[in-house]
Amino acid sequence: MIAAILSLTALGLILGLGLGYAAKVFAVEGNSLVSELVEMMPGTNCGQCGLAGCGAAAEAVVEGNAAATVCPGGGVALAQAIAAKLGITLSLDGVADKGPMVAEVAEEICIGCGKCMKHCATDAIVGAAKQIHGVLHEACTGCGGCMDDCPTGAIILRPLPQTLRDWNWSKPALA
Amino acid sequence: MNTSISSALPAVAASPHAQAQGSITAVMAKVMLALAPATLCGFWFFGLPALSLWIVTIAAALAGEAICLRLMNKPVNSTLFDGSAILTGWLLAMSLPPWAPWWIGVLGGLFATVIGKQVFGGVGQNLFNPAMIARVALLVSFPVQMTAWVMPMTAAHAPGLLDALQVTFGGGAIPDAMSSASLLGQAKSELSRGVNLLHVFANGLPTSFSGARPGSMGETAVLLIAAGGVAMMLMRIITWHIPLAMLAAIAVPAAIAHGINPARYLDAGTHVLSGAAMLGAFFIATDYVSSPTSRAGQIVFGLGCGFLTWVIRSYGGYPEGVAFAVLLMNALTPAIDRLVKPRVYGRDFKGLPIVLKSGGK
Amino acid sequence: MGMLEMLNGARWGVHPHDDHKRPAADVPLRVMSLPAKLCVPLLQHVGAPAKPLVAVGDRVLRGELIASAQGNVSAPVHAPSSGIVTAIGEVTAPHPSGLPFAAITITLDGKDEAIPLIEVADPFSLEPAEVSQRIADAGIVGLGGATFPSAPKAQLGRKLAVQTLVINGGECEPYLSSDDSVMRERADDVIDGVRILMHATGAPQALVGIEDNKPEAIAAMRKAAAPFATIKICPVPARYPMGSDRQLVQVLTGKEVPSGARTASVGVLVNNVSTCAAIHRAVRLGEPLTQRIVTVNGGAVAMPGNVLVPIGTLVEDLLAFVGLKETPARLVMGGPMMGAALPHAQVPTVKGCGGILALTAAEITVEEPSPCIRCGSCVKACPMGLVPLEMAAHINAGDYDKADALALDDCLACGCCAYVCPSHIPLVQSFSHAKGEIWKRAQKKKRNEFTKGLAQARVERLEREARERAEVAAKRKAARAAQLAAEAAAAAAAIEATGSQESSI
Repeated sequence: MIAAILSLTALGLILGLGLGYAAKVFAVEGNSLVSELVEMMPGTNCGQCGLAGCGAAAEAVVEGNAAATVCPGGGVALAQAIAAKLGITLSLDGVADKGPMVAEVAEEICIGCGKCMKHCATDAIVGAAKQIHGVLHEACTGCGGCMDDCPTGAIILRPLPQTLRDWNWSKPALA
Repeated sequence: MNTSISSALPAVAASPHAQAQGSITAVMAKVMLALAPATLCGFWFFGLPALSLWIVTIAAALAGEAICLRLMNKPVNSTLFDGSAILTGWLLAMSLPPWAPWWIGVLGGLFATVIGKQVFGGVGQNLFNPAMIARVALLVSFPVQMTAWVMPMTAAHAPGLLDALQVTFGGGAIPDAMSSASLLGQAKSELSRGVNLLHVFANGLPTSFSGARPGSMGETAVLLIAAGGVAMMLMRIITWHIPLAMLAAIAVPAAIAHGINPARYLDAGTHVLSGAAMLGAFFIATDYVSSPTSRAGQIVFGLGCGFLTWVIRSYGGYPEGVAFAVLLMNALTPAIDRLVKPRVYGRDFKGLPIVLKSGGK
Repeated sequence: MGMLEMLNGARWGVHPHDDHKRPAADVPLRVMSLPAKLCVPLLQHVGAPAKPLVAVGDRVLRGELIASAQGNVSAPVHAPSSGIVTAIGEVTAPHPSGLPFAAITITLDGKDEAIPLIEVADPFSLEPAEVSQRIADAGIVGLGGATFPSAPKAQLGRKLAVQTLVINGGECEPYLSSDDSVMRERADDVIDGVRILMHATGAPQALVGIEDNKPEAIAAMRKAAAPFATIKICPVPARYPMGSDRQLVQVLTGKEVPSGARTASVGVLVNNVSTCAAIHRAVRLGEPLTQRIVTVNGGAVAMPGNVLVPIGTLVEDLLAFVGLKETPARLVMGGPMMGAALPHAQVPTVKGCGGILALTAAEITVEEPSPCIRCGSCVKACPMGLVPLEMAAHINAGDYDKADALALDDCLACGCCAYVCPSHIPLVQSFSHAKGEIWKRAQKKKRNEFTKGLAQARVERLEREARERAEVAAKRKAARAAQLAAEAAAAAAAIEATGSQESSI
């Protein structure tokens, strides 16, 4: 009886020590999940999520401090990708899927102050001071950061216009 | 005219804008057509009890399907009569002893569509052949009722309507004068008693092409079953791959073993012509849902079904092995589909683009 | 052919029991009367869109260059008839989306005045490069529907020293007979075009594959090709998709093109018979590609047949020319297997348009899809050896990567699988959707990397600017300090000087 108790205890101790040792020795450096999420995010550190850049946002999502829908620039597509990666159910309540967005400057309201240009994380807004500005569609992530800086409210977000190239058949509903 | 074109066009649709004639129901109807002669022959030899069991089994299969569709809030009317549930019940009835009591048919029919099919998600989703799942479940649960065979009779000696209803619904035992063993059952039991086959079948094998011998409806009229199978091939419902592979894989090992030790092993002809080999090869193993989709995969599947059938018949505890063999191979179908794919044009079997020989143009 | 392959069977494709080609194919070719206006699109080919060279209000003549090619793979566009350019802007594309694309609208004056053409009496005296240039200048693209510009293709063939020209007279799509019509009515043009193309590419032999359901075309082509030993007319079995280049090359030469490669990698160049006829006119007569033969067919058409149509003609005008018996349930550009459903009839015909179908409700399928029963019909029908049912299952589950791993990108979208499916599953739509999603994902990734790069560049720029500002400030500070010191020193020196002066005085 005593022999059995002792041997099992010894076995438990040895295995426990082994596990503890393995956990220390084979520990994964950093949190690979965070770096994977950073890779998926727009990476422009636009700050529209209210956190200090994409890295901070990814950490917050992994730790559960932010929802998968944290990134305005990434939109629903990114939220779904994050949810799939983390294996969480995604609540899209209050998140209307407007598809990819781009900023647009209303020419008649723009006063050419240039504040938006200074804010843009990807230098997508071009134009000289005191001139009307334009937005380069390819460079704009649609984060909307410039909208808050515009003193006249001349910047709005619009859905990226659809072209023949990126039009696609919808997924057929199968029985 | 022009205004009418521009105003009346419906929503656009993806290509192709043409389709061959065909539907699930049409496919099922053709299979039933091919099965009909053997079934009628069965009614002829085993009388009205066989007919009433056939009706009860199909009704139970339909009821099981209807209940499940109702519970899952799926459209009942369009799916129930697509023919698949009727065919499942039909095939099950073909594999039951023709004079089995009604509750065998009811339990089997319900088991086939509820457990064998709808639990997996309905038509197209089941891993195993529903009729064979039900047959095996009945066989292991009710071995006595499932092996009570009767002698075939001509219409003159057949029981009348009331007697027939008594056989199916009355629950009485089959009169001794009528009961009999199937050939494979006889061989198995004699072997287990240590009597060698040469002695048992000294007067020749009781094989009958007409179907006048004990067995289930699907086992006896082998020639009509085979003719139905050929008809299905001509109607392009099935291809030769599974049936031929399966029959060959029964016949070849049987022939070899019989050649080595005729006292212990039945010959190839008996193996192919008795039991459910024909029904299995043409109607059971060829079930679309539970068999591989590529031609090479179907050959592998057929060979497996046939060989396992022979192994179970020769070494297993049951005299007949088609149902077990098919179910075992059904379980392997996803693996076969994964491993034996058709080669993609311009790629090798591993899926990599083919490499042109250097020096080629 | 390996053992497994033999067991798998070499048969592929489908054989529609009624190809609906006749009686339309047997009606003599008609020439379309000039419509009031033409909308000539700038992108009628694979590659970059052409750049307009005319302005609104300009008068153009037939054959005049109105938009020039942009880049290596592109094609110019010419005016199909004389008239005034009334708009350069967007018109609805002949595409199911109904989205617009750029086009030049010409209001015709009906005079059909042409620019003078520069003929070449003996094209075989020209350098191959010069022949290619004439093909390029005429705006010729693959008329079988792929619309790859013909000149860069010929140059590629020359560069890779292809050994065989395969001339595609398969025309396997049901309903269509425009290639059939070209071969019947213009066999000499086709054969001359083939010879010119052999000269341009340096290919020593040409094989013309024609489906055996076109005996008249085969006879006409045999007669035209009789004097030339290097051109062989090869009847092939009528089976869809025989007109797919990979399938035709395999049937005619036995060669299999590796996945992802062009047929030129096995020493074969494929060109359509209509393209060859256009090459003949371009090189010999100097005539640019401004018209083509279009099959107008379908149950709703009053007088189906082949019509010579100026490119840019609105489908509406073309249907008015042949007349409609009833309101069509669907309009299709191309054949019923791979053609594009049109959003409405106010879309222009393009260079790659071999047919316009006005189909009745009875001709198109509107069956609801039912569950897959794994019958394997699609597997047997697929000419590429794919497993459509598995790809569709993965796509339905949203797993595009798994579908891609099953060689989704090798799918031709030929439609055989959806055609034979007893469950009426829209397999082609499923595959097109998945291909589009995979493409979009790749684009999104590229864009992400691009914007990341921009953000990185901005951070670096801001840092650099801050550093420069700091440096400038430091320099200025240092300069100011130096100046102050110098001033102080100067002042001190001055004082000293005055002092010394004073002292010296």
